[in-house]
Amino acid sequence: MEEMLKITGIRKSFDGTEVLRGVDLTVCRGEVVSIIGPSGSGKTTLLRCANFLERADAGTMVFDGKTYDLAHARTKEINDLRRCTGFVFQNYNLFRNKTALQNVTEGLVTARKVPKAEAEQTARAALARVGMENRADAYPSQLSGGQQQRVAIARAIAFEPEILYFDEPTSALDPELTGEVLAVMRDLANDGMTMVVVTHEMGFARSVSSRVVFMENGVEVEQAPAREFFENPKQERTRAFLRLVQGE
Amino acid sequence: MSERLAGILLDSLPKIIIPGLTVTIPLTLISFALALVIAVITALIRFAHVPVLEQLARFYVWFIRGTPVLVQLFVVFYGLPSVGILIDPFPAAVICFSINEGAYCSESIRAALESVPSGQLEAGYCVGMTYLQTMRRIVLPQAMRTAFPPLFNSLISLVKDTSLAANITVTEMFMATQRIVSRVYEPLALYIEVALVYLLFCTVLTRVQRWGEKKLNTYGI
Repeated sequence: MEEMLKITGIRKSFDGTEVLRGVDLTVCRGEVVSIIGPSGSGKTTLLRCANFLERADAGTMVFDGKTYDLAHARTKEINDLRRCTGFVFQNYNLFRNKTALQNVTEGLVTARKVPKAEAEQTARAALARVGMENRADAYPSQLSGGQQQRVAIARAIAFEPEILYFDEPTSALDPELTGEVLAVMRDLANDGMTMVVVTHEMGFARSVSSRVVFMENGVEVEQAPAREFFENPKQERTRAFLRLVQGE
Repeated sequence: MSERLAGILLDSLPKIIIPGLTVTIPLTLISFALALVIAVITALIRFAHVPVLEQLARFYVWFIRGTPVLVQLFVVFYGLPSVGILIDPFPAAVICFSINEGAYCSESIRAALESVPSGQLEAGYCVGMTYLQTMRRIVLPQAMRTAFPPLFNSLISLVKDTSLAANITVTEMFMATQRIVSRVYEPLALYIEVALVYLLFCTVLTRVQRWGEKKLNTYGI
């Protein structure tokens, strides 16, 4: 399989505390990689560094054949990169002053200079894909958490990114709303979208992802194809974690 | 009330309201519009921590807020001519009030900018927008809504503060009233009359504020 994203030797400290201590991550085109691990393991920071929401202290990233210095990439490079990536946040971060439709068109019109009419058409299609086409004119404050997250996903997929990052997309949702968001993510995975998902949803990691990475204390403990990871974990630490989260 | 007093109040009303409409209101609106421009620029500089300019902005706010606007008016109108800078009363007042209000309003806007969650900016980045695009399209509009009530507060203050311009010979409402008083000598009645006219202007503005807040409230939160 063709390598789409390759991160090597990423390091990051916050106020002297090392959150990432030399992590590598490789994602192939069409793959769905779940990153799991206890709180504070650095998985969210890893994802944020990959999209330059956080500046790593060291590390390189090869994305779609282009090499980025994670610590020193220039604003121009970063802006260009972000036009090929989609990012879904834990707390949605929909633009509060824009309707669902405007949330999706905003990036198309402002960042990519897509003509307004065409952008609206694209946006409506994206909203339809997440089942939100009939709430296109609602403001975020008028939507439930699950609906907001689906709009956020529509916003992230509208410009057909090469890769989609999800940062604990269901952590702020109750189980019912979690289900509707996971269903959308499952659809995207089935359509061949390349996805990196930081998640606590073991069911999702197990049934949807092609590979699972387990992180703890800023390092990768173990990674394996999803089935193998859950059925036959190699590391004692992984087994202990899985026992804990699966309530066995 | 004596018939004479009633006559004086009635005669003087247009003489107060006309300078109110032709001087006080334009002075307020022009000064406030300029103040807003200064305030937005100052607030954005401080919010974004632009080097050097941030220090300048902080100095500006500190200096202006720490000195009385009346003294500022005197410095510009009576002081500057001694170094060869002569400014007419009205523009001198506009300069002082806009610089003065700009400092106060910049703090309202900065506070509002800080209150917009950082995730809004990050979401802008993640759909490919630049810092400036996200600030202009997402963060600033949300901040201006939060800043709307305190900014209106400043505007209402300014309506009344323009009476200080009487001290630098701007013939606004208050100065017009003083002139009538010196002629007919009814200070209590006439000063109350002009106070009520200020109150009327501010009442209209309060209504505008309420209407504006309702307009701005379309997207909840």
